[in-house]
Amino acid sequence: MNDPVVAKRPAGSGDPGAVRGVAAAPTASEAPIPPTPAAPETTKAPHVRPGDRIFRGLATGSGVFIVVLIGAIGLFLILQAIPSLGLDQINFLTSREWNTTDPANLRFGILDLLLVTVIVSILALLIAMPIALGIALFLTQYAPRNLARPFAYVVDLLAAVPSIVFGLWGLFVLGPVLFPFSEWLIENLGWIPLFAKGNVNVQLGGTIFTAGIVVAVMILPIITAVSREVFDRTPRMHIEGAIALGATKWEVVRTTVLPFGKAGYVSASMLGLGRALGETIAVMIILSTTSASFGWSLFDGGATFASKIALAAPEFNDTRSAGAYIAAGLVLFVLTFVVNAIARSIVAGHKEYE
Amino acid sequence: MSTNLADPTRLATPPTFQAVSLSRRIKNGFATTLVWGAFLIAIIPLVWVLYTVIQRGFPVILDGDWWQKSLSGLLARQQGGGAYHAIYGTLVQGLVCGIISVPIGIMIAIYLVEYGGRSKLAKATTFMVDILTGVPSIVAALFVYTVWITYAGMGRSAFAVSIALVLLMVPVVVRTTEEMLKIVPDELREASYALGIPKWKTIVKIVIPTALSGILTGIMLALARVMGETAPVLVLAAYAPFINYNLFSGPMASLPLMMVNERNNPTQAGFERLWGAAITLVLIITLFNLLATVISRVLAPKTK
Repeated sequence: MNDPVVAKRPAGSGDPGAVRGVAAAPTASEAPIPPTPAAPETTKAPHVRPGDRIFRGLATGSGVFIVVLIGAIGLFLILQAIPSLGLDQINFLTSREWNTTDPANLRFGILDLLLVTVIVSILALLIAMPIALGIALFLTQYAPRNLARPFAYVVDLLAAVPSIVFGLWGLFVLGPVLFPFSEWLIENLGWIPLFAKGNVNVQLGGTIFTAGIVVAVMILPIITAVSREVFDRTPRMHIEGAIALGATKWEVVRTTVLPFGKAGYVSASMLGLGRALGETIAVMIILSTTSASFGWSLFDGGATFASKIALAAPEFNDTRSAGAYIAAGLVLFVLTFVVNAIARSIVAGHKEYE
Repeated sequence: MSTNLADPTRLATPPTFQAVSLSRRIKNGFATTLVWGAFLIAIIPLVWVLYTVIQRGFPVILDGDWWQKSLSGLLARQQGGGAYHAIYGTLVQGLVCGIISVPIGIMIAIYLVEYGGRSKLAKATTFMVDILTGVPSIVAALFVYTVWITYAGMGRSAFAVSIALVLLMVPVVVRTTEEMLKIVPDELREASYALGIPKWKTIVKIVIPTALSGILTGIMLALARVMGETAPVLVLAAYAPFINYNLFSGPMASLPLMMVNERNNPTQAGFERLWGAAITLVLIITLFNLLATVISRVLAPKTK
């Protein structure tokens, strides 16, 4: 609705004094609108250069392309999953069995995959969230000014390490180191189902416990980076106000930075959760597979959606059994989509609020 | 002690609060310790992982053969050979992915910054780029599998891997390019329009060159990221211990795939190949990260 006003403006701009004098009173609310860079174009609207038209088309086309692409991902996965879901002999959502070796008799359900995926991710999130909060506060508020950048770079380096390297490290190095601790937990806290003796050999380290810790390390950088960005935007005035009132460093953080950055921190954690849910190779390498079903212990083995698919991927030969895995992939896609969408909407709402 | 009245550090009246109470000091100290501790905890795994990789892999890559030979004809327990086939695969798959994603990513960013404004399509695009950032690599791989292999009937190939990597790289390129285009001052655009230069030429000749260093840095970082991706190569390419230059057919090795293959090889040869490939991959990624830093330093727009 502002366009007509803007478009008319250049016509009178030759005599600014007169225009202002006449226009100021009736359009007081529109007066602050500066002449926008778009103005010269709108005045010459009928004539568009062909180069402009082509370039604009290309750019807009790319934008449309990405929107279509996401739709296509969902659509193709659904198309591929439906026939196999139809052939499924057992309930897809509530069954724990997964047997796709005989395409004529597909028996697959995702309950176990879902539970293992969720518990690995939640364990990772529980470990990573407080640490990431600490790092983000450290980098924005505590670290010496000239060292904050290099320190931040070091944390970002964690994101540069390929996930397969984390996986190998988790299985071959961290697993054995964690073994005595795991054993102690099982012996002393085994009466809690979460720490009960699991369905895989703890000594090998291929447990949800190990996987959760490694995934926590892997999602640290993303949570830290996003929280840091939000904490950095804390209004200087708030901080200075708190300092002027005699607050200690911690009180400054607690009364200004944390309330301001809370929404950002929550959404950063949601983004981290999205990453954790979809983490593939590290989990695939670490988790010992087992035929026993998940028993709510951190020392169980098993498979997440992603690791199950990755393990079976090299043997996708029959469309029907591949379809079973694609159905699992579809659930994972929906899960991460929802988590990410919530995270982004929190961030977006927060930005507009500012 | 100066008695000069102009001394700005001298207070007119002594401060009301001389000391911070003990409990507040304890809380403050406790919080400071925790925050420093959190940072140190994050450093431990990084140093530990790098130490593991270097300690186990470094002796392997000192051998010249590692960079020049493949594992063709070698048994699982036979030592020797190299990772040339896998290095080639990783670099070529990353390169092809880059050639496809960079133009698409930059055009999307241009659309968002220069054309989209606050339109519905621009909002949808931003949202979808965000969503694509969060799509797990295995889902991207499955998508390419259904389209490329099931529907189009093509076989597994390195090119399919590159397409899956495109899905992972485009959002990163869009994000960094968008950030860079946004900080190009509007005055530059306006000056160009004032000279009667069309909008597209303004973007190509003025806006992009100004933002170039940042864009290239982003591309390098994105490349470094996709080269370490394992899920797509696992789903979309079969492993070959020999050199395959053909992008469009046949199995092709890559460093992550080589690691997946050798991780269950219990012999000394397997150990060497596994950690040799790991350190090679980390080195390549580090190289691209360094390149990104160098580019951003060298090509940064002159401020004077």
